Amino acid sequence: MLQNRFGRLAATALAGGMLMGAAACGGDEPATSASPSGAASSAPAASGAKVGLAYDIGGRGDQSFNDAAAAGLDKAKTELGLAETKELEAGNGETDAAKEERLRLLAQGGFNPIIAVGFAYSGPVKKVATEFPDVKFAIVDDEAATGPNISNLVFAEHEGSFLVGAAAALKSTKNHVGFVGGVEVPLIKKFEAGFVAGAKAVKSDIKVDVKYLTQPPDFGGFADPAKGKTAAEGMFDAGADVVYHAAGGSGGGVFEAAKAANGKAIGVDSDQAKTAAEDVRDVIMTSMVKKVDVAVFDFLKGATSGAAKAGTTVYDLKAGGVDYSTTGGQVDDIKTKLDEYKQKVISGEITVPKEVS
Amino acid sequence: MNAAESSFADRLLGRVRLSGLLSLAAPLLAIVFAGVVTSIVLLISGDPPLETLGIMAEYGAQPRSIVLTLNYATTYYLAAIAVAIGFRMNLFNIGVDGQYRLAALVAAAVGGAVALPGPLHIAMIIVVAMLVGAGWASIAALLKVKRGVSEVISTIMLNAIATSLGAWLLNKERLAVEVAGSNNIGTKPIAESGQVPGMAIIPGTEAKVFGLIILAIVVGVIYHVLLNRTRFGFDLRATGRSETAAVASGVNVKRMIIVAMLLSGAAAGLIGMPQLLGSSYSYSLDFPTGLGFTGIAIALLGRNHPVGIAFGALLWAFLDTSSSILQLHEISPEIVLIMQGTIVLSVVIAYELVHRYQITAEQRRVSKELAGGASPRPEGASA
Repeated sequence: MLQNRFGRLAATALAGGMLMGAAACGGDEPATSASPSGAASSAPAASGAKVGLAYDIGGRGDQSFNDAAAAGLDKAKTELGLAETKELEAGNGETDAAKEERLRLLAQGGFNPIIAVGFAYSGPVKKVATEFPDVKFAIVDDEAATGPNISNLVFAEHEGSFLVGAAAALKSTKNHVGFVGGVEVPLIKKFEAGFVAGAKAVKSDIKVDVKYLTQPPDFGGFADPAKGKTAAEGMFDAGADVVYHAAGGSGGGVFEAAKAANGKAIGVDSDQAKTAAEDVRDVIMTSMVKKVDVAVFDFLKGATSGAAKAGTTVYDLKAGGVDYSTTGGQVDDIKTKLDEYKQKVISGEITVPKEVS
Repeated sequence: MNAAESSFADRLLGRVRLSGLLSLAAPLLAIVFAGVVTSIVLLISGDPPLETLGIMAEYGAQPRSIVLTLNYATTYYLAAIAVAIGFRMNLFNIGVDGQYRLAALVAAAVGGAVALPGPLHIAMIIVVAMLVGAGWASIAALLKVKRGVSEVISTIMLNAIATSLGAWLLNKERLAVEVAGSNNIGTKPIAESGQVPGMAIIPGTEAKVFGLIILAIVVGVIYHVLLNRTRFGFDLRATGRSETAAVASGVNVKRMIIVAMLLSGAAAGLIGMPQLLGSSYSYSLDFPTGLGFTGIAIALLGRNHPVGIAFGALLWAFLDTSSSILQLHEISPEIVLIMQGTIVLSVVIAYELVHRYQITAEQRRVSKELAGGASPRPEGASA
């Protein structure tokens, strides 16, 4: 996930739509493709809504962040009977003007609601939403773009990371864990902050190694398994026995290193014990899941029934927007303790820091 | 220099010009060739070529698309000129990308930190950008002059160093501030006095053309005058043609290398200015990258000629603009990348073919005249 959004922020988004209103049933035409936009705007009264989705670079098929958004869209397509969906992705190194134009093309093409995936769309969404006040917009991972027709879908990544940090500390026999970040940007720092806080909450003297693969504007760290492997190998060699990655596609290398070192790894974004390469799944003790699909589906459900909520919706632990996964049963023995921490975070007894202290 | 004696590099970089009708034949050949290859690619991917081009042309002709195209082209033009300055004297400045990113970052930070009256503020930001670009390029120039390090190697490495340095600088403890509620970080936005207003010169749309398009035009004119109408330009071109000949005629080649590299770097510093001062007002994580490499392609496409580069930049910008409409019609936007690559290759190949035709035609003419007993006409220098 990370990879996309940050990925080279050149994403193109097009999403547009006219509000076709509330009637969300009917014509379930599940194809991802749609007829040319010209035809659509002249006949806006089709059954179901026309949904536009604008990805950052990478688009559908990145096995991470964008794919989670796509999963939400697919679910909505079958369950809500969307008339038509259109997915557009960004080009490399493009400017905000290109993103704006994509959103505008979607809006002009009669797509409504329109979802922009990734913070790079912040400025463009704000601008285009003003031009099309009747179209509902949603943006994932950004709170800065606000407006009466903009829904901001954000996640409490630090809270989820706190839980897997606690899990890492509970499972570590050497009192030494590691964190591999894809690219050193504020979003990934949130993962780091939560993870470190979670580990220290269990054992205040635990050693946490932190390593970022690349620095912006080089976003290669989200798609470089070799770099991920080297970084994780270094941590295992130095005595760590559990490594958490927030590095998108580079995570595969982290899992390989864990396998070779007989260590454990923690996945990110989706339940990676189900999605990673099969031979390394057994080293993934848990994953910090970020449910972009749920957020996208919820928004579409609201928008197609005429009840889209403008403003920020935080998908945190309480809302079930982030969580730890239990596939493989490796954290079953510490589940009680983890759920205890979870309750404390939800009740506010523990406040997880968003920034690295 | 006689065309027959020119090297491939001379022909590639436009230092040898075609004469007469042949100078028209080359670009036509290139367009036809690029069209054929693109059509084949479209057919293979299952899209009708004519319809695809029709969609692109129709979308590209809309007022808003024209504005977008002009804005992209402004940036591309500056990038290509920065590259072309080096090319004209055989310096391959691959580091334009790093020079421009570093310059844009520092200029944005300085611009955001101070408040000055309008024109002064803008001028200061632009001067800072040029100084930083030139300063970064000077490292490669000094390495070449003092230690004989190839500028290709050093500028590629300096690009990587610029990335790391930029990441270090773009940090909340240094030049960056957090954007509230966003996962982005950027430099402090430049105050209104430092912003260059756009111009609504295209009828039928409210979208505005970058005010700094004028800067691009001015840079193009300066490039032309400097190279073709000054002694410096003559020395520069002479050094590019033949270093030994230049030395023999009293040109200080080392000084020329440093000056050309600094000029190239200063021009690279300008690349980010239209976007920075005309649209984003801050250098953040999503500031466009890779423009230096686009510049190399466009400089080749325009054969280092100020007008040729303008056409190249407009064509490139048009293709970029129309890629979004392709996605809406279920045509992969990567088609545009293929087109751009094909066009550059076509231009290189077409010019080379026409040059070779010209050379053989000349040789034939000369041998004919020799056989007829007439003395061959002397060749004029083509530089």
